[in-house]
Amino acid sequence: MMSPQTRISEAIRSAAAGGQPALVAYVTAGFPRREGFLEQLHAIAEAVDVIEIGVPFSDPMADGPTIQRSNRAALAQGVSLQWILAELAAAERRPAVPILLMSYLNPLLAYGLERLPDAALRAGVSGFIVPDLPYEECGPLRQTLDTRGLALVQLITPVTPPARLQMLCDYSRGFVYAVTMTGTTGKSVAIPQNTLDYLQRARRVSPLPVCAGFGIRGREQVSRLAPYVDGVIVGSALVEVIERGEDPAAFLQALRRG
Amino acid sequence: MNSILSEDESRAMLAKLLEDAYPDDRGRYGPFGGRYVPETLVPAIDRLQAGVDRYLRDADFLEEFHAELAGWVGRPTPLTHARGLSSRWGAQVWLKREDLAHTGAHKINNSIGQVLLAKKLGARRIIAETGAGQHGVATAAACARLDMPCTVYMGAVDMARQAPNVGRMKLLGAGVVPVTSGDRTLRAAVDEALRDWVSDPDGTYYCLGSAIGPHPYPYIVRELQSVIGREAREQFLAQTGVLPDLIAACIGGGSNAIGLFHPFLKDSEVQMLGLEAGGIGAGLGQNAASLAHGTPGVLQGCYSLLLQDEHGQIQETQSVSAGLDYPGVGPEHALLMSVGRVRYEAVEDTDALEALAECCAAEGILPAIESSHALAGARRYAQAHPGARILIGLSGRGDKDMSTLQSRLLGEKE
Repeated sequence: MMSPQTRISEAIRSAAAGGQPALVAYVTAGFPRREGFLEQLHAIAEAVDVIEIGVPFSDPMADGPTIQRSNRAALAQGVSLQWILAELAAAERRPAVPILLMSYLNPLLAYGLERLPDAALRAGVSGFIVPDLPYEECGPLRQTLDTRGLALVQLITPVTPPARLQMLCDYSRGFVYAVTMTGTTGKSVAIPQNTLDYLQRARRVSPLPVCAGFGIRGREQVSRLAPYVDGVIVGSALVEVIERGEDPAAFLQALRRG
Repeated sequence: MNSILSEDESRAMLAKLLEDAYPDDRGRYGPFGGRYVPETLVPAIDRLQAGVDRYLRDADFLEEFHAELAGWVGRPTPLTHARGLSSRWGAQVWLKREDLAHTGAHKINNSIGQVLLAKKLGARRIIAETGAGQHGVATAAACARLDMPCTVYMGAVDMARQAPNVGRMKLLGAGVVPVTSGDRTLRAAVDEALRDWVSDPDGTYYCLGSAIGPHPYPYIVRELQSVIGREAREQFLAQTGVLPDLIAACIGGGSNAIGLFHPFLKDSEVQMLGLEAGGIGAGLGQNAASLAHGTPGVLQGCYSLLLQDEHGQIQETQSVSAGLDYPGVGPEHALLMSVGRVRYEAVEDTDALEALAECCAAEGILPAIESSHALAGARRYAQAHPGARILIGLSGRGDKDMSTLQSRLLGEKE
């Protein structure tokens, strides 16, 4: 049987095999309301290949205003890691695509690293992305997730030096999260040539699929990135669609057409 | 007591502390510290570390730094024998007068040192965060002195309660950016400064204002602020021939306290007392006393003690003093408490304000509300230890707090 981390890699690879990059969607758990969280997840899962569920945090320092806002709204409704895991574990049916949790470190520490892997497996979670956990500090979490084959996705950025880029790609599990710019989430980016060069470099050295995220908002960007990556990650733009009460699946499907 | 160490660990770490083993090569103070930052910042932090290794022990850099301290900051600051407080408290009290440093608080030692360092590292602009405004003013002044563009992030709540400092920063040429996200105080300002830094890690130098944040910041700030303790130790010995029985300092993030404490750590006969903002009570959300009421976790780049709920969400804080109103504390203080070298207590708002009024009346000195927490804690100690020799870090002056004092102590409308 495939390990959870391999399941993520395979989902991205098989989606990208058709020539279009895989689509990874980020949603903040329980935003805009706790009620209907699972239904929303199912609707989004129909349109994408992997889902990242954001665990809201009071101080999301790598995120821009949209995700900050959604985090705050979710926290105001009492959303917590515990609640998310319990909702997923109790769900009658789960999304067919792999699920990752995107969380700052502190909610994971508060939950308890030792009981996290089993709880994640019960909830059908395949891996974690932790934006404030650089390689040097990730040993304890990585070790505990490894015991259950769960992924800890490493991030790389345009300013990551070449030797470090290689190390992070080797060390990552599930996929490599290639940040498209130096900045917080949500800003629109033009994707200059040097970003494409960096993505190509990463893809050349990475044993895992490389997915580009931060600032991806429209079909044009997806088309421009397509030859250089295995997947694209859409977060803030999707959260804004949800915030406006529009149909997330329609927005996501439109990103693929081109 | 929030110690997460066993007795054996605590003893071993105390021994290492006294051998100057902290921070270790991973930026740890025992279990605390580290560098929990987004990957985008890792190369910038690596460059900063290289710069710290090169310059903070470099004779030329230190000469330049000390020349600025002497010629521009106004160091050494005096050690004043507080005759009035001594007689009222039945103790012998001395005040280390950081209120007399340029721009009115200890913050200037750190700012001028870091902006000098930033220039050596080739930074094009400086960013800073500020709570009470003192670090913002100090950084704005240091940037003007050294001709660097400066942007200061400040919570909207703090801008309202520290309006004179906002004006000072602007006059000194800094751009002041109001932060309306989060709790709109110091912690939100730190978040915003970190976001700015993430956006331009190559050209921007983040001049962090307290002994908090990712390694090497707690170390940088300690090294630059230790001038306070070195001077105080020499001055105390020169004036009295002995060392104090107690030294006391207020703690928000803990920069002035670590600066005062550090040069005394090996003097086992000297007791140390850190005073946190006890706000209006012991409940979560009623104070900013992370050492007294916090639990271990990661916030804004380091593992330390935090005011958080059971889900790891950082809680809002409360204090009459904007400068202490922070839900975490520097990692070295978390270690000093865990190994028992420093005792930390909370002082409530009303006690701090009462101590402030007493210092005005007895000494002709208007201390900052922050520093008044140290005065109140020292007074409690004096009551239990008649005749004790007490050295108090007077971290800053209270002019900036006038609007709060007018409403809280003078009964005037804000």
